[in-house]
Amino acid sequence: MSAPPLLEVRDLQISLAVGNTLFHAVENVSLTIEKGETLGLVGESGCGKSITALALIGLLRPPLIITGGEIRFDGRDIRALPSREMRKLRGNRISMIFQEPMTALNPLSPVGRQIAEMFVLHRGATWNEAEKLAIEALARVRVPAPDRRVKDYPHQMSGGMRQRVMIAIALACSPDLLLADEPTTALDVTVQAEILDLIRELSSAQGTAVLMISHDLGLIANMCRRVGVMYAGHIVEERAAEDIFRSPSHPYTNGLVASLPLLGARARHGRKRLQEIEGVVPPVSAFPNGCRFNPRCHMATEICRTEEPGATMLERGGLVRCHHHG
Amino acid sequence: MYGVTIMAEAMLDTILKVEDLAVHFPVGGRLFGGGHKVVHAVDGVDLELKRGECLGLVGESGCGKSTLALSILGLQAPTRGRIIIDGQPISGDAKDRMDRARMTQMVFQDPYSSLNPRQTVRTTLEAPLRLHGITTKSEIDDRIADMLRRVGLRPDVAKRYPHEFSGGQRQRIGIARALILKPQIVILDEPVSALDVSIRAQIINLLLELKETFGLSYIMISHDLGVVEHMSDRVAVMYLGRIVESGGWETIFSSPGHPYTRVLIEAIPDPFRNRQGNKITGEIPNPLNPPAGCGFNPRCPEARDLCRVPPGPDLKEVGTDHFVRCCRNNELPAWEPHAS
Repeated sequence: MSAPPLLEVRDLQISLAVGNTLFHAVENVSLTIEKGETLGLVGESGCGKSITALALIGLLRPPLIITGGEIRFDGRDIRALPSREMRKLRGNRISMIFQEPMTALNPLSPVGRQIAEMFVLHRGATWNEAEKLAIEALARVRVPAPDRRVKDYPHQMSGGMRQRVMIAIALACSPDLLLADEPTTALDVTVQAEILDLIRELSSAQGTAVLMISHDLGLIANMCRRVGVMYAGHIVEERAAEDIFRSPSHPYTNGLVASLPLLGARARHGRKRLQEIEGVVPPVSAFPNGCRFNPRCHMATEICRTEEPGATMLERGGLVRCHHHG
Repeated sequence: MYGVTIMAEAMLDTILKVEDLAVHFPVGGRLFGGGHKVVHAVDGVDLELKRGECLGLVGESGCGKSTLALSILGLQAPTRGRIIIDGQPISGDAKDRMDRARMTQMVFQDPYSSLNPRQTVRTTLEAPLRLHGITTKSEIDDRIADMLRRVGLRPDVAKRYPHEFSGGQRQRIGIARALILKPQIVILDEPVSALDVSIRAQIINLLLELKETFGLSYIMISHDLGVVEHMSDRVAVMYLGRIVESGGWETIFSSPGHPYTRVLIEAIPDPFRNRQGNKITGEIPNPLNPPAGCGFNPRCPEARDLCRVPPGPDLKEVGTDHFVRCCRNNELPAWEPHAS
């Protein structure tokens, strides 16, 4: 028998409690990440990708609650862990990079101390030892003059530098799993390219598995071997990255790929009117019945409005949730 | 005589001309002067916008593109240089400001913060009309209803408040507000980057349609090169307050001449290719203390000693309507276009 995967999520359901009503913000989400693997999760704001990540690291707080499913990390059920055990995992074996480093870092503490804290908490280092390790950690994420910058406060650094500090904190204890939630959305493209390289290099050097979350389909397909596409709380398609652009199966993925003005498209085919996806992303309180994409889908029929589509395995590997996938 | 006709034609063709524009901000400084430094936010920019054209303005945050846009709108007084709109040099006095509002308008990046949450759509769209002397209720009603229809909204939404709309709809309202005075130039500041990915195509298509319908000229500020390539006729790349390359969209994307432009194009994650070519390290330098010589030299993969010699390279014409500011333009390796 082969070893269990590093992370196995089965039928995760996350609900938003408003008064006595529960809205299912995330439903039927199943994910598997093997050791050292990079999985991408792509979707628009409000599709549930960030709260899925927070659930995995045990940081979901009311009114968002896990109401169903299983999260197994290294064979252990995370939902059943007492919070003391969870704290030992968090930052140590599972860690997270957030989108906005300015709000995720403590503005009142020098960045070196925030990195050093990881070694003190999880490795039993003294503050003196930890400070030296923090300088090394800053050097690894290529912050120039790390022995000086270690004393800087977050506001003294640029956005790119702050995000490097976040990465240094997240990777300080060589975690098994890194959750990267839109790690480059707030950055310029040139800085984005550097940060992505850094995540790619350091995670592969340490054998860290990565769950990369973004709204940028191009970025995800470039960074990950497998990609899950989320829409309104469901994973509607999961494929190998190269297939998702070349032969998307779900009408939503298809629509997204066709709607992107990809670099080079105009030079090859002339300026074509971009294909639009009609309508808007529904708020969690108004997710439609049946397939959640049906009000915006040009292929929708009666069954799409009443019955939620199950997962269909695809010939080339991967799965899609659509009554009319093609 | 011949020369005069050429000039007249050129005037007709060019709706906006920016000549040697500079905007400097003093920072720091003590109470009685002295000790202050100067940020050269925009440092000698020449631009030309032709009627009916979309000019894409590209660059990283802090490169001066928003300051340039504010100057064109007359909201930021230039330190040096001239801005000529439709043959008229602009100045800062009140009468001129009113005229300019009829010529030049702006669509902002964030449709959430750029609409007044306490005003109905009608109030928002009505204010500019009233200020500009349209006060008959029936005419205001007609103009508002017509404009809302043009941007793809039903006229009865005028009663509603911004929070009742989605991001894409709010951006349509922002566009309606910019167009209600029938301007000829519209500055689009990252018009789709705050929107959901599945909504962006709707707004891009709408902007291109409106440009045709009203014969508008656009200056579009964007860091999304896919959008820039799709929408622009010409592209200008800015770095540290200067234009480092400009040219037609095909030239810029098929044979970029400046190392910075190449790096920007390479930095876009390409779903069909794993390895990226030219990389740069470091970040945009502190504009208080710009590097000597070419401003890009500390990050440039092609930099040599001569690039560090002041005063730095000039913008040179390297091909038809293609300008590059680089000391080593003739020696750079050939550009390998994006393979897919």
